[in-house]
Amino acid sequence: MLDWTIVETLAALDSAKVSALELTEAHITAVGSLNPHLNAFITITPEIARKQAHAADVARRAGAAPALAGIPLAIKDLFCSENVRTTAGSKILGPFIPPYESTVSGKLLSAGAVMLGKANLDEFAMGSSNITSAYGPAMNPWKRDDGVKLVPGGSSGGSASAVAARIAMGATGTDTGGSIRQPASFCGIVGIKPTYGRCSRFGIIAFASSLDQAGPMARSVEDCAILLEIMSGFDPKDSTSAARAVPNFRAACGRNIAGMRVGIPLEYRVSGMAPEIEKLWQAGIDWLKQEGAEIFDVSLPHTKYGLPVYYIVAPAEASSNLARYDGVRFGARVEGEDLIELYERTRAAGFGAEVKRRIMIGTYVLSEGYYDAYYLKAQKVRSLILRDFREAFANVDVLLTPTTPSAAFAVGEKMNDPVTMYLNDVFTVPASLAGVPAMSIPAGLDSRGLPLGLQVIGRHFDEESVFAIAAALERAADFRSLPALREGAIP
Amino acid sequence: MPLDPATVRRIAKLARIHLDEDELPRLQKELNTILGYVEQLAEVNVEGVIPLSGGSETAMRMREDVVSDGGYPEKILANAPDRIGNFFAVPKVVE
Repeated sequence: MLDWTIVETLAALDSAKVSALELTEAHITAVGSLNPHLNAFITITPEIARKQAHAADVARRAGAAPALAGIPLAIKDLFCSENVRTTAGSKILGPFIPPYESTVSGKLLSAGAVMLGKANLDEFAMGSSNITSAYGPAMNPWKRDDGVKLVPGGSSGGSASAVAARIAMGATGTDTGGSIRQPASFCGIVGIKPTYGRCSRFGIIAFASSLDQAGPMARSVEDCAILLEIMSGFDPKDSTSAARAVPNFRAACGRNIAGMRVGIPLEYRVSGMAPEIEKLWQAGIDWLKQEGAEIFDVSLPHTKYGLPVYYIVAPAEASSNLARYDGVRFGARVEGEDLIELYERTRAAGFGAEVKRRIMIGTYVLSEGYYDAYYLKAQKVRSLILRDFREAFANVDVLLTPTTPSAAFAVGEKMNDPVTMYLNDVFTVPASLAGVPAMSIPAGLDSRGLPLGLQVIGRHFDEESVFAIAAALERAADFRSLPALREGAIP
Repeated sequence: MPLDPATVRRIAKLARIHLDEDELPRLQKELNTILGYVEQLAEVNVEGVIPLSGGSETAMRMREDVVSDGGYPEKILANAPDRIGNFFAVPKVVE
């Protein structure tokens, strides 16, 4: 039953084939045997999970089961959980126990979801490998032909690892520049970053507020649709939350895609892209054609400036957001002779190397004399990137691209300098900057046995078209490969 | 123009992050690699382009200027590293 999708599990629960408590116990056992290998969870919460599962069984027997009653999920440790330690993968929040629940995780719990624990991530969601976590890296359950340990991607690496290894049925992720889509692609699962504003940011520890978006990660497109529908919706506690009705995403998964217009952005054919990824992209095009979609070449001329814009805007916002970690109101403190020294020692000890780098870059590009040259310039180029998408979407309904330029890499690879690591996000960052929805779907394996994802990008608030196309790709790809590490398969 | 050691020290000061002298060369190199990479934005013509500050399409909402939350100091102070009564406590600032 650990292999079931959420759709299958809800049917089994409704027909009393299994109880929520049995399902949860099976997951708790699987977490116990696999988490020492995967480090997918920073904190496990079996007692909370059992209580929630019991409540789900009671509600179901009373005929009042909410939509997700009894479904075991992993919650990324960036979402504040009331009375449960929430670390953001950072030492500085090691002692932090939030007195409140994030809106998105609260909606899932109100819908009857069971929280198995808090999933590992790159520190403050800054990374593409999960190696920047202060609680040790999460591992990818997939193995390459050479058997070396692979990263699950990041920043939602623990979420992706847990869902792929069948120790959670779904997970929350957050995506600032690709942090849902890239790990989903690396771990062979599905993940969607919805339109900016679709999900409330309230209670999600902030990294770059103009980019941060929550989204679901699961093992099928329809499972993601079910989760996103619950996670979405207007929240007065988030000033950029969109006051829009939430569509029926699940219904969109069954739409006929005949006549839909799919754009292929030529700037995503970057030099040095693995031929296998090129081939998979072509396969995706052919699959959609077979279902009656029309394919068009489109141009997004400012694509190559996405990463440099991102690596100015995101650190700038991060330097401001992370100013709150000063050792005074919450989190860890290192004492000093005076208040300034207390701040400086607390932050030096509490933040890891990547976080410090980004705070310092952000501080520099916002500092007097450099603001116009860096930050303002980046914001203007961001405008041009948004304009590119708008112009493309005047002619097509969605865009199809690869999710990443390579499959999962090994711990230690791509770590020579920060910029090499940043290049992982080249295909995911532009959609983040434009605020449009984008989803990764597992589409095949490379020659070394690792999953590769395709990305579907849609118009603002048109996740429905994204779900329709993603579901068509999922049907055609028929991706059934399993990772090496999963319950029942532990070396 | 690449950052010199004095500038890296100044940024660390502004960011309130203590730096040990032996961390400086590595950090200087890494920051310069990143700044070197973003330099390519200089070639983009942005004349007349309005900067995009947010991911949201709509203007910020206004709300009534009233207290809508609060009144639970124990919850707020529960995570404080140090407190005196209902206050956050820090080293003496004024002699």
